[in-house]
Parts: sequence; structure tokens; C-alpha cells
Amino acid sequence: METLKLTPLHEAHLALGAKMSPFAGFDMPISYSGIVDEHNAVRNAAGVFDVSHMGEVEISGPAAEAFVNHIFTNEVRGMQPGAILYGMMLYPDGGVVDDLLVYRLFSEAPAFLLVINASNIEKDYDWMRAQAEGYDLSLRNRSEQWGQIALQGPDSEKILAEVLGIKEGEPLRFYTFVQTTWRGDPLILSRTGYTGEDGFELYSTPASTRLLWKTLIDAGVKPCGLGCRDTLRFEAGMPLYGHELSEEISPVMAGLSMFCKLDKDEFIGKEALVAQKENGPARRLVGIALEENAVPRAGYPVELEDGTPVGVVTTGYHSLTLDKSLCFALVDSAYAALDTPLWIHIRRHSFRGSVVRKNFYKTNYKK
Amino acid sequence: MSIVKEGLMYSESHEWVRMDGDVAIIGVSDFAQSEMGDITYVDMPDEGDAIEQGEDFGALESVKASSELYAPVSGTVIACNTELEDAPELINKDPYAAWIIKVQVSDKAQLAALMSAAAYAQKVGA
Repeated sequence: METLKLTPLHEAHLALGAKMSPFAGFDMPISYSGIVDEHNAVRNAAGVFDVSHMGEVEISGPAAEAFVNHIFTNEVRGMQPGAILYGMMLYPDGGVVDDLLVYRLFSEAPAFLLVINASNIEKDYDWMRAQAEGYDLSLRNRSEQWGQIALQGPDSEKILAEVLGIKEGEPLRFYTFVQTTWRGDPLILSRTGYTGEDGFELYSTPASTRLLWKTLIDAGVKPCGLGCRDTLRFEAGMPLYGHELSEEISPVMAGLSMFCKLDKDEFIGKEALVAQKENGPARRLVGIALEENAVPRAGYPVELEDGTPVGVVTTGYHSLTLDKSLCFALVDSAYAALDTPLWIHIRRHSFRGSVVRKNFYKTNYKK
Repeated sequence: MSIVKEGLMYSESHEWVRMDGDVAIIGVSDFAQSEMGDITYVDMPDEGDAIEQGEDFGALESVKASSELYAPVSGTVIACNTELEDAPELINKDPYAAWIIKVQVSDKAQLAALMSAAAYAQKVGA
């Protein structure tokens, strides 16, 4: 068995008595005070997450912009320093290598920071290097140099200013960032997150990450683990790579075409997406709300009333905020229309539900 | 540290049994509820269902995971605790008061396979 990687905050998690578990090759905190308590803290006040496991790749040089635009589905040309875009890297067949954020750094010549999923760091970096042949650029995996914490929830802006003394947060709009310093160390302050609430993600050195974390925890900000990170992103309708996006599940199937600019001259996977758009994908990702409280889990079959299988659950919970059993499911396109009745097979019984919009929870972002 | 209540019998899969004549009252242990965390749903059988010792008869759902319930004895389900339909958290609050089903036991000799409170306490390190 491979040794688990540790984030700069590993000792801090153990000291807080976190329930730890392996995730994406890292020993990560799942919860501290309990998933329900942490989930509600983020919805109603604030919480702080260690997300140092996320990967960071820096791309700079004369061909950086052309290269990122070639491997990324969203439109990178014309991005201003401080702008952030969400999108995917695709294989030529439209399958997803990873979903990621692209930061246009504050530099004269275009330079970018690509933030990728922890489980995909090696695969993504190898993929990027293989595509970079012939491009005049520098490509660096900086995942171990950047720590990252996420401060999420409606009180985040206030905590950032009052507890950390960071004044640059207030004017930032959602999906923008600044490069600044905090107590002498470089800091990327980004108004982004994975919870459906307002909040910030702070990228800094490992030492600075430890100090930011300690300062927040000492001030009483609630530590939150990966357990509620998943329940929060799920309610907000956000995909998780490996569940709602994968080598088999394209962004068109997942309903994420708005992040794929098909009017770009080219990007890897564009032709496959255009064909899927024109013909309609065979399967689509939908939301399903159940009438009862039985909980749909990833892998459970989705059926018609007579038991005919038409799909599979990708993520499901009894939603804590909405007090309702909900799931994402990949179903045959014929059954993807809103209000279509569908049944989910949970252990010995089938439970009736219907297709609903995937964004179960109304998000609260800073416009 | 979890509580193991005296006077009950326990299964390897963390169900407890209290006998009332030929009727087994069945719930889950404090250890089981604390491992699960906040319970959000109890999947129960129907009254009249036959259950088999060692086979699953239902499940508990927490936020993160589901956990099957295994029958500590064979028999016929004569009652389900309907209070748990609206208040599954009662199992977290007092797992020994929040029974799940009552079973008319078909073969009391099967009870010999269960553990005493002392043996179970040793198993879960209580």
C-alpha cells in the first residue's frame, strides 16, 4: 500500500480530534464536530476547510495563453489578471480528464495557475506535458508548494477582515482574485468555493497556511471536513470528478455545456462535444427528488415503475438543508425531462421520485 | 466510550435483543449509533415479514453512509417502532430505549449464539 500524503495541516487535524480517512491519496479530515453541525455552520455562519490536497500547476511563457486555450473548454483569450474561469480538460472523445479552475495571474505576459483535483494531479500533469510539445512555455507542478484553505459561509467576508486583518476581500466579486501578502508571505485571495455560499479560498505557503488556520481556529471559526464539503457542494448542484464527470461522462451529458465554448476555433474534445450537442447525448445527468426519506447512494439503480433499468445514481443524500432525499443520476436521455417519474432501487424496495433541477439549493454568491 | 446495557443480549453486528416471553425486542447498541453518527432514516421491514437469523431485515442511514441491520434471531415481525419514521434521531439519543422491531421468535435455542453484556463490552472495548 502506498504511503498516504499529508497536508501542512495534518498535525492540526489530529490535535483537533478529527475523524480522518484516506482521500485521493491523502490522509484527510472527514469531520470534527459532526457533518450536520459543520454543514449548518457553513450555511448559517462560516467554516474553514483544509483543501491543501488540491493540485496547482503554473503555466507561463510566450505560448501560455494559446496552450491553455487548447487544453481547456472555456475561453481563456482576453482574460484579465484577477479573472478566474471554471471548465474542463477533455480527451479527444469528449471524456473528461479533469474539471478545474484557471487563474489569470498578475503578470505582464499571460501566466496561469490551474487548480486541479487531488485525485488527478499526476494524470493531469502528465496529460498537460504530453499536449505541450511544440509550445514555448514553462509548465510546473506546484502542488506541494501551495497550501490552501477555504473559508466559506455568509460571515466569511467579516472574518477575513476582522480575524485575519485582510482588507482586500470586501471589494472582490465572485470568481475574481488578488495576489497579495499576509504577514510577509505571498497569498492568493480568491472569492470562490465549493459550498454554494459566499466565501474565499486562500492559497499560501505551507507555513503560512498553518498560521492562517491556527488564527482562524483560535478565533472560534469552525473547522469543517470533507464530509460536509460533499453535502454542501451536492446541494448547490456542483459536480465531483469521478461521480458526475469522468472519462465516460462528458460536460454535455453532465449539463455543463455553458463552460464549454463551442465557438472557440478549437480545443481538445471540441468536435466530440459538437457531435453530442447535435445528436443529443445518450445519457444525461439529472436531479431526482424522492417522495420518502430513504437515501439514494452512488451506484443504486434508477428504474421505471416496472423495474426496467434506465440509469444509475452518481451522488445522493438526505439533504440537510432541504430535509429531503435527493440525488444526481445519469439516466437515458428519454427520461431526463423535468417531472419525469423515476424509481430508485434501495435495498429491497423501489422508491418513487421525479426529475428536478440539479441546483437543489439556491446559492448565495457575492455578485 | 460507549455504553453497554446490562441484561440484554448482543449480536456480532451490534444489534441488542431483550426477551419478553417469546417476543424479541431488537435495537442497535450505543457503539453502533456512535459509529454511524447522526441517523437520518430507518429502513424497517413490514409487520408480518419473516426474518432469518444473520440475514438483513432493514438498514440505518446516516448522512454519509447506510448500514444494514441483521436479524439476531429468526421469527415473524409483529411490530415496528413507527416513532422512528419521523424521529430516527431517537436512536442516537437513547439507543436502548429506541427499539426498532419486535419479533415472535421461532426457535429460542438461537439465542445461545448471542453475547452477554460482559462479552459484548469486551468486544467493543467499553
